[in-house]
Amino acid sequence: MEKQIRIALAGNPNSGKTTLFNKLTGSNQFVGNWPGVTVEKKEGKLIVDKEVVLTDLPGIYSLSPYTLEEVVARNYLIEEKPDAILNIVDATNLERNLYLTTQLTELGIPVVIALNMMDLVRKAGDSINVKELGRQLGCRIVEISALKGDGVTEAAKAAIEAAKTGKTIPQHSFSGPVEHALAHIEEVTVHNLPEERQRWYAVKLFERDEKVLESLNIADSVIAHIEQDIQAAEKELDDDSESIITNERYIYIGQLLKGIYKKKGQGQLSASDKIDKIVTNRILALPIFAIVMWLVYWIAMGPFGSFLTDWTNDVLGGAWLTDGSRAILEGWNVAPWLTGLISDGILAGVGAVLGFVPQMLVLFLMLCLLEDCGYMARIAFIMDRIFRRFGLSGKSFIPMLVGTGCGVPGVMASRTIENERDRRMTIMTTCFIPCGAKMPIIGLIAGALFGGSGLIATSAYFIGVAAIIVSGIMLKKTKMFAGDPAPFVMELPAYHAPALGNVLRGTWERGWSFIKRAGTVIVLASIIIWFLSSFGSVNGRFGMVDDLFEDEELVTDEYVAVLADRMGIPEDEVVPMDDSILAGVGNAVAPVFKPLGFGSWKPTVATVTGLVAKEEVVGTFGVLYNYDAAAEQAVDEETGELLFDEDGEPVMEELDEEGSQIWANVADDFSKFSNGHGKLAAFSFMIFNLLCAPCFAAMGAIKREMNSRKWTWFAIGYMCVFAYVIALIVFQLGALFTGAANAAGLIVALVLLVLMGWQLFKPYREAASLTVQ
Amino acid sequence: MKTLREVPIGATVRVVKLHGEGAVKRRIMDMGITRGVEVYVRKVAPLGDPVEVNVRGYELSLRKADAEMIEVE
Repeated sequence: MEKQIRIALAGNPNSGKTTLFNKLTGSNQFVGNWPGVTVEKKEGKLIVDKEVVLTDLPGIYSLSPYTLEEVVARNYLIEEKPDAILNIVDATNLERNLYLTTQLTELGIPVVIALNMMDLVRKAGDSINVKELGRQLGCRIVEISALKGDGVTEAAKAAIEAAKTGKTIPQHSFSGPVEHALAHIEEVTVHNLPEERQRWYAVKLFERDEKVLESLNIADSVIAHIEQDIQAAEKELDDDSESIITNERYIYIGQLLKGIYKKKGQGQLSASDKIDKIVTNRILALPIFAIVMWLVYWIAMGPFGSFLTDWTNDVLGGAWLTDGSRAILEGWNVAPWLTGLISDGILAGVGAVLGFVPQMLVLFLMLCLLEDCGYMARIAFIMDRIFRRFGLSGKSFIPMLVGTGCGVPGVMASRTIENERDRRMTIMTTCFIPCGAKMPIIGLIAGALFGGSGLIATSAYFIGVAAIIVSGIMLKKTKMFAGDPAPFVMELPAYHAPALGNVLRGTWERGWSFIKRAGTVIVLASIIIWFLSSFGSVNGRFGMVDDLFEDEELVTDEYVAVLADRMGIPEDEVVPMDDSILAGVGNAVAPVFKPLGFGSWKPTVATVTGLVAKEEVVGTFGVLYNYDAAAEQAVDEETGELLFDEDGEPVMEELDEEGSQIWANVADDFSKFSNGHGKLAAFSFMIFNLLCAPCFAAMGAIKREMNSRKWTWFAIGYMCVFAYVIALIVFQLGALFTGAANAAGLIVALVLLVLMGWQLFKPYREAASLTVQ
Repeated sequence: MKTLREVPIGATVRVVKLHGEGAVKRRIMDMGITRGVEVYVRKVAPLGDPVEVNVRGYELSLRKADAEMIEVE
C-alpha cells in the first residue's frame, strides 16, 4: 500500500496561506493546537487527493530559534520530514517572502512555490518573470490567486508530484569565507546525515543556533574547532555570523530580482496607504478606533446580541431544556433524584454552555472580519504603547472590552494575539473586569449596604482594571512570563476585503471548539455543584434535602432547632439547603474567610454556587435567607391587581436580579458575623467575588485557550489567590479606619502589601533565549 | 551616530549598521532591515509609539526602543 503523502504548507503571515489552505482542504480539515502551546495547528486532506495530508504550519518570516511559531514550524519540518513543502509566496512582498524560501530550500525537502496575488502585481503595472524566477531558485513555481481559487489545484498537484519524485537543491550560495567555513563544518559535524540535509544544519551551526546545537549533541572539542572557522569568517566580513547569513540572503535575493522584477509605479501611495492616512492618522485614529470598538460591542452585546443570548438562556435553556425535561420526567414518574440530575444537573449545564454560543458566534464573526480585513493589526499598532507596559499586547484591548459583557468570548478573543506570553497573560487577566453576570452581585452589595450608591459599581470597574494592570506588571517579571526574546516588530498588512469563506469557517470553528472542549468541563462542574447543594444528611437520612424536609416525622421541631443552632441562624430562616453537603462544606471552610471579614458559611456557599454562574450568588442568598417564606404575591405591573396562575394559585413575586427583597437580611447578617463592620465585610466579599475564579464557562474557555493543564490551573489558582489577598488587604486596612483593627490580620495585610509592591517595582530584564516547554 | 529613532517622518534613510545582538537583532534583520537597505519613515502611532516604516515594499511597525539600534545615514 502506498505511503500516505504529507505536505507542509509554509509561508509568511498575511500571504494568503489560510485562504489557500481552506481552498485546498475544504471541510476536510481538523483544527487543534500544537502540543503544549497555544499555537494553532491545522491539518486537512486535499480535496483533489484524499490520500494527501496537508499540514498548515504557523505563519513565519524565518526559521530562527527565537519565536515560538518558528520553533514549532522548524521542529515539524526537521522531525516529521514531510514529503514536500508548498511554499506560498506573496508576490506583492517578494523580497521578504523569498527570504523564507531560501531557508526552506536548504532543508532537503522538495519545495514548490505557489506565487499568490500576481493579479495585484499586474494591476500595479509591475511584472515578474516567473519562469526565470523558478529556474533561478530551482523550484517549480505555480501562479495562483488563493482568493479566487485560480491555479490552486495545479499548485497542489505540483506539490504532490514533487513529493513523489522531486528534489530541490538550493541554488544560492554565500560568499567565499562563509562557504569555506560551511564546508569545514559539514565535514566535521554532519557528514553522517543524508546529503540533502547537511546544508541546513551546517548553516545553522555557523549561525551558532542554540536549538540545533542542543539537538545534535556535538562534542565540545568539535564545537571549539568549528568556532575557529566561524570566527575567521566573522573577522574577515566584520560582522557576527548570524548577521552575515541574513545579510547575504537578502543580497542574493536583491540581485536575483534585478532582472526578474520590473517595477513600474515608483513610490506611489497604495490603496492601503491611502486608507491608513485616515485610519492611523494622529488625530483621527483614536476616534475611529473608538467607533469601531463601540460598533463591535453594540452588535455583540447590544440589543441583537442580548436578544440572542436571552432567548437561548431563557427559552432554549430554561423553558425547553430544564423546565421542559423536568415536566416530562415527572410525568413519567421518574425518581426525583434522577429527574434532578438530568434536569437541574446535566441539562442545566448543557443549557449554560449553549447560552454562550450565539453571542460568541456573533463576536467571533466580528473579530474574524477585523482580522481578515487587516484592521486588527492597526489596533495593535495604536494600542501598543499603553498595553505593553503591563506585559500585554495592543491586541489585548479587545478581550478586555468584550470581557465587560461576558468573559467567555473575552478569553477566546485572545486568540488574535500572536505572542504566546502576551496571549497567556491576557487570558489570565481578562476575567478581572466585571462582566454582565457580576453586576447583580455589585447591585446586591450596593443596595443592601451602601444605599444603592453608584460609586460601588464604578469602584468595581476601577478595581478590575487595576487588577489587570497590577497583575500584568507583577507577572511579567516572573520567570514563567519571561516570554519571547524577540522584539515587537509587526507587519501592517495591506487592507483587503475579508474573504467570506475564511471568516465563516473561522467563526464556526471557534464556536464549535468551545462547545466541545469547554462544554464538557462546564456540564461536569454543574452536575457536581447541583449534587452538593441538593443532597445532604437530614437527621441521619441521606438523600435529596428538599424531599426529606417534607417528611414531618423526620424533620421535627427539635431537629430544626438543632440545625438552626449548628448553623448559627434563627429558626425561621431554616431551609432544606442548610442541610446540604455544600452547606456543611461551607461551614467547615468558612473560617478561611475570617481575615476577609466574611468568615460565615452563607457567603461561602454563595461564592461556590457563583462558580456555576455569577448570577447564582444572588439567587443562593435568596434561598438561604428563605425568601420564599417572605415572598409577597406578585402584582400586575399595569393594573396593580394581584396575579394568579391557571390553577388559581397565587403567583409569588420572584426574587429580583439584585435581590432587593433580601437586602435587609443581607445587611443584618454581614453586620452580625463581622462584628458590626458590615459595610467593610460586604465590600470585601464583593471584591473577592469579582476577582476570584470566574464561572465554569469562563474556566472552560481558559482551558481551551491555554491548551495546557498546568497553565489552566495556574490561571485559576492565581485569580483565587489574588482575590483573597486583595480582599484581605482591603478588609484589614479598612478595619484600621473603622476602629477595630486586628493586630495579626493587620501585620499579614501589610506584609502582603509590601511583597506586592516589591514585585511591582523591581527592575525588569528581558529573556535572552526562548524556552519551549 | 544617527539612529532610525531620530529620523523625522517622511524621510528616507539607508541602514548603516545594526547594533544589539541575538534575538532582537535577528528579528529586525529577518524582517528585511539589513545593511544597505532603504527605509522610509511613514508615521508615528497616535500615542507616540511605535513607528511605521516602509522597507522592501511593505509596512512595518517598530518600537522606538528598537529603532534606536538601527544606525542610519
